[in-house]
Amino acid sequence: MSVETSPKPVTWHDWLLAEAPQSRSQARLTRWYANWLALKRNPLAVSGVIIILALILMAVFASWIAGQSPYAQLLTARLEPPSMEHWFGTDELGRDIFARIIYGSRITLLIIFLVSIVVLPVGILIGTLAGYFGGVFDMFLMRITDIFLAFPRLVMALAFAAALGPGIENAVLAISITAWPPYARLARAETMTIRRSDFILATRMQGASALRIIWSHIVPLCLPSVIVRLTLDMAGIILIAAGLGFLGLGAQPPAPEWGLMVSSGRSYLLDQWWVATIPGIAIFVVSFGFNLLGDGLRDVFDPKGL
Amino acid sequence: MSEGPLLTVEDLHVAYRGRSGPVPALRGVSFIVGRERVGIVGESGSGKSTIGLTILRLLPQSASVSAKRLCLHDTDLMAASERAMRSIRGRRISMVLQDPKYSLNPVITVGRQIAESYKVHSGASTREARRKALEMLEAVRIRDPERVFDLYPHEVSGGMGQRVMIAMMLIPEPELLIADEPTSALDVTVQAQLLVLIDELIRRRRMGLILISHNINLVASFCDRVVVLYAGRIMESLKASELAAARHPYTQGLLACRPLIDRAQPELPQLTRDPSWLDAPDESRRGTGA
Amino acid sequence: MIEVHEATVAYGDGSGRIEAVRSVSFNAAAGEIFGLVGESGCGKSTLLRAVAGLAPLAKGHIVLAGREVGISRTRQERRLVQMVFQDPYGSLNPTHTVDKILSEPLAIQGLDAIDRRVIQALQEVGLGGQHRYRYPHQLSGGQRQRVAIARALITEPRILLLDEPTSALDLSVQAEILNLLKRIGRAHGLTMLMVSHDLAVIAHMCTRIAVMYQGEIVEMLEVQRLRRGEADHPYTRMLLDASLEKTRQGERDTEGTSSPSLTR
Repeated sequence: MSVETSPKPVTWHDWLLAEAPQSRSQARLTRWYANWLALKRNPLAVSGVIIILALILMAVFASWIAGQSPYAQLLTARLEPPSMEHWFGTDELGRDIFARIIYGSRITLLIIFLVSIVVLPVGILIGTLAGYFGGVFDMFLMRITDIFLAFPRLVMALAFAAALGPGIENAVLAISITAWPPYARLARAETMTIRRSDFILATRMQGASALRIIWSHIVPLCLPSVIVRLTLDMAGIILIAAGLGFLGLGAQPPAPEWGLMVSSGRSYLLDQWWVATIPGIAIFVVSFGFNLLGDGLRDVFDPKGL
Repeated sequence: MSEGPLLTVEDLHVAYRGRSGPVPALRGVSFIVGRERVGIVGESGSGKSTIGLTILRLLPQSASVSAKRLCLHDTDLMAASERAMRSIRGRRISMVLQDPKYSLNPVITVGRQIAESYKVHSGASTREARRKALEMLEAVRIRDPERVFDLYPHEVSGGMGQRVMIAMMLIPEPELLIADEPTSALDVTVQAQLLVLIDELIRRRRMGLILISHNINLVASFCDRVVVLYAGRIMESLKASELAAARHPYTQGLLACRPLIDRAQPELPQLTRDPSWLDAPDESRRGTGA
Repeated sequence: MIEVHEATVAYGDGSGRIEAVRSVSFNAAAGEIFGLVGESGCGKSTLLRAVAGLAPLAKGHIVLAGREVGISRTRQERRLVQMVFQDPYGSLNPTHTVDKILSEPLAIQGLDAIDRRVIQALQEVGLGGQHRYRYPHQLSGGQRQRVAIARALITEPRILLLDEPTSALDLSVQAEILNLLKRIGRAHGLTMLMVSHDLAVIAHMCTRIAVMYQGEIVEMLEVQRLRRGEADHPYTRMLLDASLEKTRQGERDTEGTSSPSLTR
């Protein structure tokens, strides 16, 4: 059979939906595009995507959007209600809350990013190794996981933050240390199912090393459920970070971290509600956005669709 | 056929809702089933499983169904309410599926499931239902009914599981049994035994049987009439005894590509699908044996 | 080419020990297609996996191409024998393209000219270039099985193990795949060991057949004898009867609506 040349694609859309991809990259992009189209069909998931995109844009273009410095104090303009000049009002030191929210998104994103790059690899590594090799090795790794899982997250994070000292980096570390166990468990469960598949047997028969099998076969199959879990956990992570900030163990003043803002605004809650409430709403919206995205992703990755 | 056909299907169209529009499963299928054994044979994608689900109105809500007629005797199955259908399912039409592992509730003993099937349709007491269930277990040739009654589905073999399914499905004494690949998950010797059993029960109760399978040998050897399904349409409908003289090239192709034990062939003839079959007119009108 | 001596495969230990394969011995000559037939639980698939190096032998030994092989094999030993599995939906990684599935064995074995070999392998199993970058879910059952066959052949093995390669496929697709296997076997001089529960498929493909029951070989016979119905062992005869009944009735029943005589 001769190689069929596909007709020149008319649009990107056509190229991305090509029945017969012509190269590895096209094939991979086709899959991503198909997943994206599936996600788009779910309006809630799209809302989640929009919220997160807004968060990212806010962080990137903070200086343009905010218009003012988040640190500029003007003690004569303390605790002013929302107005045309200060869209979200000012806080107890006369700083523009709108600007602080916008710049605070950077800190939120930083925390999310750092936690993800620690938790995902560690969880997947431990989970797949435990699931693939089984036996004593599995038992050993799982008991370690159990130990970390046994501590309540916030308390553990508090302890680490208290021991290591306050600050965003330490807060991230504290959160990561407590957040990885469920991912290891998830990865292990998936690995144990996948391990028995015929295609794993086939690749073993070809002489593949355990490393190749885990990296090339098992990890890609574990990724969807782990990523979904992470997006759904994201809300919790943001809240813990905010909690740590609230308790003074995360970001330190004058950083515009949202949890910290809620904390310092709470004495003014009754009369100047905007100081604490608006950062609270920001936390809520971002958590909600991640939840929606996570739900949408789970529907996309659902095995029924594959 | 004393009182006219049991099941009448005329011009049935079924389409599932896919991601990018409706996916047709059946495109104008018509056939009649009396108190006889009709076999529906087709390959994957032919729509054969859809027929069973459609008759019992077990398709997902999103599927679209239309037919000129879909009746059990005089009861219009298309127009019946869900409540009416619930009394038809099991009581007048029953279905046996392929793998008993998936059709039986894993946390309830098999005996209780059979008894429940009886209770639901007759309102009998638990003791009466148990007695009937034991009777039924004997009728499906299970040697130790008392012991098997208390077993869980995972504790019985495949063949026995199917017997339990048959007991469960026949205890309300339906008029029509639909069997969707009932023996595909079983060994060949167990298959033979099970078919003998089904044959006997169908005959004794004067029921109608629709046997759906991809195995043309099975259908040909067991059924009175064979309906050949391809791409949602009936290609040919003929008596099982006349199968060797089939006229449609698809049927002939299917028969020809079987490997036969007692004949050596260097190469099996391959079935070339003629695209014109997709648009062929409805052949079911010809040769209906009812 | 394949020599199996007193092979025993067991699971569990102590009182829970089950011998799935019990002291099985047989030989398959180079270029021959040898069949293992039996019902579920007879141990035929387990035996195949032992030959493949996927299940350890409790007793006995296996010799492939003159070399005794165990459960841990060298790369050359791995290259010698490949397997095609039953379920076309489970034997391909759903996240890999056909191209990746076919190039992986080449990468593992350290072979060159990957591009050329992949294209050649696809052509040989009757798949065109348009399938090369597709994912398994975009292929039909028959096409997936072709990819599985291409994957098995791409490293140029000398022995091909087939575990019910067509039982999950439609009848017409089965015919195509069986023809393909026969053609490839001839073209490459492969020795094939085929497992199936379908006597007709085994009879079509194989020259010699071993019938297994509860972990043991109860009879070994040439296909001609099987075709003539000259089986010695009662179990073989029972299998033959059950398989033949269905075919014969389907073809020669001239009594209208009579019931099949499936009594024994």
